[in-house]
Amino acid sequence: MKVKYFAWVRERIGLEEETVEPPAEVATVSDLIGWLSARGEGYAFAFEKPAVIRTALDRTHARPDTPIAGAREIAFFPPMTGG
Amino acid sequence: MTVPVTIRIQEADFDIAAEIAAMTKGRTDIGAVVSFSGICRGADDGDDVAALTLEHYPGMAEDEIGRHAAEAIKRWPVTGLTIVHRVGRMLPGDNIVLVLAASAHRQAAFSAAEFLMDYLKANAPFWKREERADGTRWVEAHDRDDAAAARWGKD
Repeated sequence: MKVKYFAWVRERIGLEEETVEPPAEVATVSDLIGWLSARGEGYAFAFEKPAVIRTALDRTHARPDTPIAGAREIAFFPPMTGG
Repeated sequence: MTVPVTIRIQEADFDIAAEIAAMTKGRTDIGAVVSFSGICRGADDGDDVAALTLEHYPGMAEDEIGRHAAEAIKRWPVTGLTIVHRVGRMLPGDNIVLVLAASAHRQAAFSAAEFLMDYLKANAPFWKREERADGTRWVEAHDRDDAAAARWGKD
């Protein structure tokens, strides 16, 4: 699946997007955040407060317990500040 | 009748009068147009802001605003909606966002415009970064914006 990062999540990880293949036991958004956090310091910094992180699955807002199976694109970003 | 909806995300500035003219051209069913503009402030919490840079999630930003527009059309008898959101670097005084809501009578247009702005601020994937004298920083989301969106009664 493709993973995208925005705003300070992008800056902390140092990537705009990447393709990842998490193992089958990574079932939910929350699981994926935990799995990604273990990939390196930047990831751990970006996801240090998981409750702050917002997620979109295939461009629709998702929740920590949303299953990720079948998703093609998952995005992680801070709370939104547009308008 | 399908309600005409225009959604654009662009770097260029917008012309409010031209957007209203485009929305109402050839229409005789519109009796009210409410316009909201968001403008870059030169200070926030007492500190000078030299510029703002707006980042967005291409694709999702348009989709999310489209979902909000569809919801507004379900809730009120609006007859046209235009949402233009700028991205890139903006200076104090520059336009950031435009919401136009048209209807036969004013109340639906007022309500739809307010609803769209509240939803957009809390749910549309845009992020602001401020340039200040001591460096740049990402603007933090305000609880009041979530509360403003929540009062419309849908998560």
